[in-house]
Amino acid sequence: MPSHDVLVIGAGLAGQRAALAAAEEGVSVGIISKVHPVRSHSNAAQGGINAALNPGDSWESHAFDTIKGSDYLGDQDAVEIMTREAPEEILHLEHLGVTFHRNEEGKLGTRAFGGASAARTYYVADITGQAIMHVLYEQLMKYSEQIARYEEWFCSSLAIDENGECCGVVTRNVADGSMELFQAKSVILCTGGNGMVWKPSTNALICTGDGIAMAYRAGAKLMDMEMIQYHPTTLAGKGFLITEGARGEGAHLLNANGERFMEKYAPNKMELASRDVVSRAEQTEINEGRGFPDGTVALDITVVPKKRVHEALREIVLVGRDFAGVDITREPIHIKPGNHYTMGGVKTDVDGRTDIPGLYSAGETACVSVHGGNRLGANSLLDTLIFGKRSGRDAAARAKRTDYSHISRKVLEDEEAMIADIVSREKGSGRRISEIKLELGQTMDAKVAVFRDEAGITEALEIVRRLKEEAKTAYIDDHGSVFNQDLIAAIELGYMLDNAECTCVAALERKESRGAQYRTDYPERNDEEWLKHIDLELTDDGPEISYSEVTITQWEPQERTY
Amino acid sequence: MADYTIKVRRFQPESGEGPYWEEFNVDLDPSLSVLDGLLQAKDREDGSLAVRCSCRAAICGSCGMKINGQSGLGCKTQIGEAQELADKQASATGSGGEGNSIVIEPMGNMPVIKDLITDMESTHWTKIRRVTPWLLPHGEPPEREYIVEPESMIDITQSMACIQCGACVSSCLSMEADPDFIGPAALAKAYRFVGDPRDAETHERLHDLADDPHGIYDCTHCFSCIDACPKGVAPMDQIMRLRRKAGEEGIEDPNSGHDHEIAFVKIIEKKGTLDESLLLQESFAPGVKGKLKPSKRAIREMLGSIPTAIRGIKTGKMRSLHKLIPGVHPKLPDQDDVKAIYAHAEEHNEEFNLYIKGEEGELAEDDVEKGIERSTDPETSQEVKNG
Repeated sequence: MPSHDVLVIGAGLAGQRAALAAAEEGVSVGIISKVHPVRSHSNAAQGGINAALNPGDSWESHAFDTIKGSDYLGDQDAVEIMTREAPEEILHLEHLGVTFHRNEEGKLGTRAFGGASAARTYYVADITGQAIMHVLYEQLMKYSEQIARYEEWFCSSLAIDENGECCGVVTRNVADGSMELFQAKSVILCTGGNGMVWKPSTNALICTGDGIAMAYRAGAKLMDMEMIQYHPTTLAGKGFLITEGARGEGAHLLNANGERFMEKYAPNKMELASRDVVSRAEQTEINEGRGFPDGTVALDITVVPKKRVHEALREIVLVGRDFAGVDITREPIHIKPGNHYTMGGVKTDVDGRTDIPGLYSAGETACVSVHGGNRLGANSLLDTLIFGKRSGRDAAARAKRTDYSHISRKVLEDEEAMIADIVSREKGSGRRISEIKLELGQTMDAKVAVFRDEAGITEALEIVRRLKEEAKTAYIDDHGSVFNQDLIAAIELGYMLDNAECTCVAALERKESRGAQYRTDYPERNDEEWLKHIDLELTDDGPEISYSEVTITQWEPQERTY
Repeated sequence: MADYTIKVRRFQPESGEGPYWEEFNVDLDPSLSVLDGLLQAKDREDGSLAVRCSCRAAICGSCGMKINGQSGLGCKTQIGEAQELADKQASATGSGGEGNSIVIEPMGNMPVIKDLITDMESTHWTKIRRVTPWLLPHGEPPEREYIVEPESMIDITQSMACIQCGACVSSCLSMEADPDFIGPAALAKAYRFVGDPRDAETHERLHDLADDPHGIYDCTHCFSCIDACPKGVAPMDQIMRLRRKAGEEGIEDPNSGHDHEIAFVKIIEKKGTLDESLLLQESFAPGVKGKLKPSKRAIREMLGSIPTAIRGIKTGKMRSLHKLIPGVHPKLPDQDDVKAIYAHAEEHNEEFNLYIKGEEGELAEDDVEKGIERSTDPETSQEVKNG
């Protein structure tokens, strides 16, 4: 049985950063990823990473913007930690070799981003996430003796010992289908978000909420699951992302009448208001008939100097050309709000610890919570790195003071039986996996999106619960061992359905409008009753609701305008 | 919506059978991708059809494959365009007609594991690790950031744009001939460090890549990798920059390629067209012109070239024999214009880099002027300042 002091599940930015931080503490580390690490979805973070590093900027200003952006649902102690540690992390990345944009003096240069009171976003053209992740992967290759990489291994469940502590994971080697039980003293879940629950989504096909579902099934609490971000600028139908950096560089949003409609919704910040605010404004324009016939509004990048577009928005030029047939330097591109980010997730403290001893989580999988009701652009990379690092360190410290506990092989046998059951289902035993996925995605996008109400969410929840039943008999075509992607899709569908159920339950419970949760039947924010987190825990009857306090340090909630 | 037939080269390793072709009929908008077509076939017909994919937006680099024989990303190739190419290829071979099958195969130069899934670890990633792919700075890092030329970061961002999809490796003709060739992706990765002013091992890296018989001089300039790369990394350009830097560092090139390149440049500068009588000599013993003693190595290399020259004469490839006599080759009458081109090129000594210049020729002068006007526009700068 392979064993490592610290086992990291998922190898995007949070996972790679956690693995490197744990290895620095001198413990043995394994990192498991269902895809090759550089395929991870952190790649898609285009615009940049926030830090108050410029003279004249302050962590307090960054923290306040983040808290205001979160609609006061972010925990302020966690936000303080993230914003205070941000400058050091940027410099660390620069020293490792990230090719950050420079100003004329050759120092780190910044761009403006939504919801921020200063230009504090550091970036590499519009491939920031990719650039950082490839540099971290360079470090993983450099430290290959300390960090074992398990590339294209899929995790199907967590192993919990008789004391209720996490002691390992059950995995499947995708390349040959062999099942393996990994032993660990600490396990860190960094498997990203759950965007595939919605269709369309800006997220990659691999973002199926694996870690959130595995932690939930193992008994960990989830938090803020109703908070799902819709990004204001995605391509209609396909869900491709146009970076907020475009608006940071000065691009305008126009309705079909050519009006710069953000004047009405956020007269000060205009296009650079918080994402929830901009997405709602766009959706309102579209719903009230001022959008284009394809259900979109326009993003006009032609107002940005062409040389600047090539230097700083190169990827978007390609996306426009290859995926929309539009030259963004010459004409506006049609966009709409689209599913983008999971603010909620596995409830953790500021060191990544979950309710289950030995189980950690970081990045989009986790909910610390620094993003609360709405994440600011360019804070997600920061979240992955700061809390990846902190959980890696704490997981290593725990590993140093504990021994391997007894791990029962029963958990492996259970998983093997589960897989044997899926593989044995013959065509005609039920629906196809892909059909269920499609129905789930379309339902969630229609009912649990930018605008929500009780009837819609209730209907979505009923559909999700029916789909959960149908998934039990859904069949697959591939009965082999080597790269059985069909089987993995079936297990992922189970993860997605658990994620969807939790989001519906929490969205139904929160009877107010805050951040990304906008209830047309409760259109106001209600601090008296709802300035609290909704926590969910799995019971025999499904998710059980409880509440936890929002930590307020120095920023009392106030009215939120941009 | 339109109907397409995709013809996939399949391989099911557990079946005990060899590779085979299978056709799938799919129905989708022409603007959607070949990958969308494959996923539709997988979703509707056969879930065992194996293809790596994730982002669908040409960012993750999972779906490298050959489409109608050309290496690229499935997600970045529109199915309508793939259809046009399939029809064009069919008419070139005489079979003609419309609605020919779009042919999809796994990437080349790599073992196939299942259907479109190749073993990238044993080829691509092993080669990447070969070039010591991490920054090796000198001493302790500074307290703040390294201060570097802003252009140098934009410059290496072109090779940082690589998503490790393997399309260039798949298309590489040199690697077909020499499987040990370090290859376009790994060498582009190497330039990311060689071109990085923070890296302290530039000379050692260049030496390492030049001394390796499968290193930078193994590339044959075929441009396939530039065509295949979905991200504009232009791996061959990065290899040529490595060669130039190696030349600048005084590293001996076993093929005299660097001197050969300089010989071309100098002869054309002088005469306007290529004086082949000078080329061999200038490549191996530049500036000798019979007055100084050439080095032993130059003599050896020149003697070694004689059989090639004789074969050229015998096969009729070299016809104007009198041109081999030094001094016979004429200068162009408007040689001053050629010199002016050289002067201009030297004055504007810039590398072609998509991150700096956009598409070739796309950035007209008036746009640059407009850009300057706009960036000083008070409203815009105000906005940026206030975020």
